[in-house]
Amino acid sequence: MGCACHGDGNGSANVYRPYLMRIERIIDEAPAIKTFRLVFVHEEEGRSFTFLAGQFGEYGVFGEGESTFCIASSPTRKGYIECTFRQVGRVTTALADRDVGDVISFRGPYGNVFPVEQWRGKNLVFVAGGIALPPLRSVIWNVLDLRQDYGDITIVYGARSVADLVYKHELEEWKARGDVRVLTTVDPGGQTPDWKGEVGFVPAVVEKAAPSARDAVALVCGPPIMIKLTLPVLEKLGFAPDNIYTTLENRMKCGVGKCGRCNVGPYYVCKDGPVFTFAQLADLPPEY
Amino acid sequence: MADARTLRRESLARWFEAIRAAGRRILAPRARGDTTAFEEVTAPSEVAMDCVQTTLSPKAAVFPRCEELLRYERQGKDLRVTDPPLQPPETVLFGVRPCDAAAMEVLDAVFSADPPDRFFQTRRARTTVIAIACTQADAACFCTSVGLSPGSTLGSDILLTPTDGAGFAADVLTDKGRRIVELCPEAFGPAVAAQERRAVLAQVPVRFELKGLSDRLAALFDREELWVDQSLRCLGCGTCAFVCPVCACFDIQDEGTGRSGARLRCWDSCGFSLFTLHASGHNPRHLQSQRWRQRVMHKFSYAVGRLGRIACVGCGRCSRACPADMNLADHLQALAEAK
Repeated sequence: MGCACHGDGNGSANVYRPYLMRIERIIDEAPAIKTFRLVFVHEEEGRSFTFLAGQFGEYGVFGEGESTFCIASSPTRKGYIECTFRQVGRVTTALADRDVGDVISFRGPYGNVFPVEQWRGKNLVFVAGGIALPPLRSVIWNVLDLRQDYGDITIVYGARSVADLVYKHELEEWKARGDVRVLTTVDPGGQTPDWKGEVGFVPAVVEKAAPSARDAVALVCGPPIMIKLTLPVLEKLGFAPDNIYTTLENRMKCGVGKCGRCNVGPYYVCKDGPVFTFAQLADLPPEY
Repeated sequence: MADARTLRRESLARWFEAIRAAGRRILAPRARGDTTAFEEVTAPSEVAMDCVQTTLSPKAAVFPRCEELLRYERQGKDLRVTDPPLQPPETVLFGVRPCDAAAMEVLDAVFSADPPDRFFQTRRARTTVIAIACTQADAACFCTSVGLSPGSTLGSDILLTPTDGAGFAADVLTDKGRRIVELCPEAFGPAVAAQERRAVLAQVPVRFELKGLSDRLAALFDREELWVDQSLRCLGCGTCAFVCPVCACFDIQDEGTGRSGARLRCWDSCGFSLFTLHASGHNPRHLQSQRWRQRVMHKFSYAVGRLGRIACVGCGRCSRACPADMNLADHLQALAEAK
């Protein structure tokens, strides 16, 4: 369990005590969306810190509070973590105000993981919309860093407009590699004159890309409407619900299965998730 | 094996003195106007012995309404984060009702699950629960519907049962309880003599069949009309959660300035619409009926799978305190009998 725990003779350590992280780099991804690269202020904590793709954390600004985001970087990239967030409330506004060199708090990693290891040899299909690419980006870099271990990789990513696409440089990098099929799309009206990608909604682009379901796993993250309309497309292509993965984004506070906020049916998203297959979600109340 | 003794009412004062002399504080029901709450007392005369149930539960002794999780202080670019001091006093909770004692076990299960919560555990380890069996109940009580009774021992370190003489039968149930008895062994006599019987305990009618309720609730989840009907009066005020001895959901908020302050956790309630509101504006439980359903499902269905027990002890506080007169036992009965 990750925390910057310090004993004081009272038995177990303080699980709410965060790591201190220094902002090493800030990338403006899209309007109101930034990526932070964070390094451990106390280097020895960074040396013992490990995480896997799919896990999340509580990122905080002292005096403002904590917010929940996934770890958007790959576990294959050591020495730092990255998070990508949209400025929308009190904590994310405070985060967005930070500069390189500032210190913020981080607790984690929390939650379960994408079974990336078990997917060795399989073909992978990533489908993401808008600000939901970050959790999949962790997996994408993870498998690209072990490229020979995985089969065909297809990425379908869409946003409302060209400006709203996150990780623009990485999308170009992935396209340029030649060993990844990347389809980017923007909603009708969201294109710019020089836009060379698709125009249309994500489900239609998935249908057009028509990735084979043979030996394949699909990962889908995006707004509810995108997910709702993408699932039938994937199922038509032959993907079974237990081979389609997503991450839930319930509101959380503690991250350690106690505060009760992320409880959906028998699950606590922070402990039993955030990664679920659509076969698992079919048995859950629609409260996410 | 329980160690059975007797305790005469007039010996209570000596016992209290001995407990306090040993550096322990005693929290007991104390009446203040219309409300009764667990507060520090020095003598048995201050204890509201005849109250059916305190307005607030004793859970704050182990899970305060608001507590610091950490402190931070900034000096220039330097940021110092420290754990708050955690030296809770050794505490004797006296006059706890058996339902509230049982609630401690549910809280134990929540906060001891991996990773354990040191704030709770430290307070809990320093708390001894002395319960008094109930000789009276009111219309809101439904302990017998949730597998407990006016004389149940679950969660108690010592259970005192009034006798028809001037005292109590004292069942010393744990080592913790034994240590408190041993602070003043002379206050206690041998087991209740044949001529002195334990008082007749309160009669609490069984309101619904607990067995199978959890599965039944899962099947009722999609019956929107039931939940809407049940929650029409619900104001979403969260009072039920605040008075509940079991509710453990909390919020985490920072209080302070950019320079110094603390990260706090405070009681929260699934009845509030903010509880699940996403930053995007999406709310998975946007209707009060969904939030009422969550309260019932969490306590009587989900908790069974997660904690191995329901998260309700039938104390009836939620029903007594509800400003809209919602009655949990009535609602559970209706759900248990729903066609």
